[in-house]
Amino acid sequence: MDFAFSEEQEELRQTVRRFLEDKSPSSEVRRLMETTEGYDEGVWKQMAQELGLQSLHLPEAHGGQGFTFVELGIVLEEMGRVLLCAPYFSTVVLAADAIMNAGTDEEQAALLPGIASGETIAALAFTEPNGRWDAAGITMEATKQGDNYVLDGTKMFVIDGHTANLIVVVARTPGTTGEDGISFFTVEGDARGLTRTPLATMDQTRKQAKLEFSGVEAKPLGAPGEGWAALSKTLDQAAVGLSNEMVGGAQRVLDMSVEYAKVRVQFGRPIGSFQAIKHKCADMLLEVESAKSAAYYAAWAAAEDNDELPVVASLAKAYCSDAYFHAAAENIQIHGGIGFTWEHDAHLYFKRAKSSEILLGDATYHRELLAQRIGI
Amino acid sequence: MDFRDSGDEAAFRDEVRAWLAEHLTAEFAGIGGRGGPADEDAWDVRLEWERLLGKDRWLGMAWPEEYGGRNASIVEQVIFNEEYAKANAPARVSFFGEGLFAPTLIAYGTEEQKRRFLPKIQSVDELWCQGSSEPNAGSDLSNVQTRGVLDGDQWVVNGQKVWTTLAHRAHWCFAVVRTDPDAAAHRGISYLLVPMDQPGVTVRPLRQMTGTAEFNEVFFDDARTERENVLGDVNDGWKVAMATLGFERGTAFLSQQLGFQRELTDVIEVARRHGATDDGVTRQRLADAWIGVQIMKYNGLRMLSRLVRHGVIGPEASIGKLYWSTWHRRLGELAMDVLGPDSQILEGAAGDPYALDELQRIFMFSRSETIYAGASEIQKNILGERVLGLPREPR
Ligand SMILES: Cc1cc2nc3c(=O)[nH]c(=O)nc-3n(C[C@H](O)[C@H](O)[C@H](O)COP(=O)(O)OP(=O)(O)OC[C@H]3O[C@@H](n4cnc5c(N)ncnc54)[C@H](O)[C@@H]3O)c2cc1C
Repeated sequence: MDFAFSEEQEELRQTVRRFLEDKSPSSEVRRLMETTEGYDEGVWKQMAQELGLQSLHLPEAHGGQGFTFVELGIVLEEMGRVLLCAPYFSTVVLAADAIMNAGTDEEQAALLPGIASGETIAALAFTEPNGRWDAAGITMEATKQGDNYVLDGTKMFVIDGHTANLIVVVARTPGTTGEDGISFFTVEGDARGLTRTPLATMDQTRKQAKLEFSGVEAKPLGAPGEGWAALSKTLDQAAVGLSNEMVGGAQRVLDMSVEYAKVRVQFGRPIGSFQAIKHKCADMLLEVESAKSAAYYAAWAAAEDNDELPVVASLAKAYCSDAYFHAAAENIQIHGGIGFTWEHDAHLYFKRAKSSEILLGDATYHRELLAQRIGI
Repeated sequence: MDFRDSGDEAAFRDEVRAWLAEHLTAEFAGIGGRGGPADEDAWDVRLEWERLLGKDRWLGMAWPEEYGGRNASIVEQVIFNEEYAKANAPARVSFFGEGLFAPTLIAYGTEEQKRRFLPKIQSVDELWCQGSSEPNAGSDLSNVQTRGVLDGDQWVVNGQKVWTTLAHRAHWCFAVVRTDPDAAAHRGISYLLVPMDQPGVTVRPLRQMTGTAEFNEVFFDDARTERENVLGDVNDGWKVAMATLGFERGTAFLSQQLGFQRELTDVIEVARRHGATDDGVTRQRLADAWIGVQIMKYNGLRMLSRLVRHGVIGPEASIGKLYWSTWHRRLGELAMDVLGPDSQILEGAAGDPYALDELQRIFMFSRSETIYAGASEIQKNILGERVLGLPREPR
């Protein structure tokens, strides 16, 4: 029984932290968030070539390094800490996991090496304008034409959908409902009949796009009509990944609050000596530490790929969403007027906390899902 | 990171299971889940059970072998407590002796003191109570006014303790006493061990909001104890008292999570029977409680790993105390809401003594848990000042 990171894992964290502090300071985040692409190609390449981050948890047979979700969680936490602007979550967590869960060995061999090397930017086109995160939300139909499939319909809120050159699409067989008839497909980013529109996002550090499909030819990924189990697992893994990312941001806003509370003087004393502020920080600490416990445990369950995964994924997503948003909001309050300015970073975390809370389903959604999963 | 038992751990778990399966029978099996470390429900049966635990050295398992212990590692203690909770074995009665006093004694006691007191704790011949709080010294323990003065070979103790849990059952009291009134608040304090059965000690029960009276006022009027019955150096008892508080907030509670899990399972079951699981808001609250109790486990495991690696928990223990007490309070409230009007009716007939059922007890007793072992506000001060390094409030 051991709930601590190994020395190698701690080293990985340090390496990634140093890299990101260098490559993704606030000034870079602010530069990139104003661009439509939302990432720096040079940094993306370095992430792949120098640190091997894109290949981390991919199988060795397909150009990966064969690490687990625990290591992936560490990397995501560090990225969340600095609000890294890059299509990492979309490519390595959402799309790559979907490919690993749904794809045959041959399909994986064709798709994963490009992700591992950093050449491929991938997205998972799953949600639609109805904004649902469950099977019922998938209405886009895939019609069989000869050996191929044709997609028609609209995907919304697709993370990095406008910059991806590989798009993994979830659609359903005409006439099916619910969890039946769900299939995965792949299309190229510049496929004929695909119109991609970047969306103006409240959280500018994470880009979203609308993808309109009109008679787009698509290759099946895995067995058509039998994709729900793979999708459900992908969403659980993504919830775990996102929880780890959120924990990084939550710790960072707690640090900001504590630093400020020590130096800001009012009424002749540092504001951190007032209990109203001190106890806010203590509450944040409790929640951030608890969020870490949940996120790390969930990462372990994902690494083990055990039966606990669906339950702990919803558990972690629900708890970390609330904890991050609460901490990010308190951070603004503790900073007073400065916390409300564009210039201060507090709002960047506040906005990321909100977008992360909603992404993959908010805390209320996941508590209900959890209730069902534990048989209530 | 690995949450499975190692080979040795699994073997130890089997040993514990086998012991419990063999001994937890007849009347012992019937009282599981009743009472807690600080109440008297089914007292006599629990006392007898505790003796069995002592006889086979489960009571005192953490102590060095030379004092009758098993030298059990922290992980083994957790495994024992997990299996103990899973088996729904009786609530322990020697919390103050085994949980608080013994580890303090092992850390600060002399060889003679350890040989004198540990065996009697293990045989359950001597129960202990904690004499810290006074009418004017609660959260601010350094304000204790009870006086201890040396008179030849004995200490003479005068003053009053309050909220002293199970003092009426205890044979000994570990008391925080002022022995140098001229020294600064934290300096002139000694940690005295005072026998309870003597003319100078009067114990008066205090009735709690639960209707029962597990805590007491304790009056010392020229109470006496032998000169050697001081733990640590004379006038250096503050750090000994702090060590006890550390055990109270940290390790003593590491393993109660499974008991909480069981309570929540009961609440879910009751919710089902009352049709409350169809209600969206209740579903949210039940799920939230479930998330809370799981995170309590993960937090505990992380703390445990830190303890194994670094030997101490440190002020982070306050996270655990704050977390479980707040969670438990909310569970009690949820239980009452799930029961609806039924929650307001007691078990007995009108005119019977005031008696609560299990869920009502959780609802009531949990109000004390955010007060004792360091009130929540104090825990937040500790977290703010000693973990986060925020400036202290003016004192
Ligand atoms: C069921 C139960 C069993 C107990 N058993 C024992 C026992 O066996 N032995 C023993 O010695 N004691 C025991 N206690 C006493 C317990 O340790 C004290 O109640 C506790 O330390 C609080 O002290 P107090 O009651 O004097 O409250 P106070 O210290 O007066 O506190 C009152 C309120 O003021 C708040 N407060 C105090 N100081 C501050 C501050 N600096 N900043 C912000 N808020 C503050 C507190 O958090 C609390 O909300 C028990 C208590 C209970 C309820």
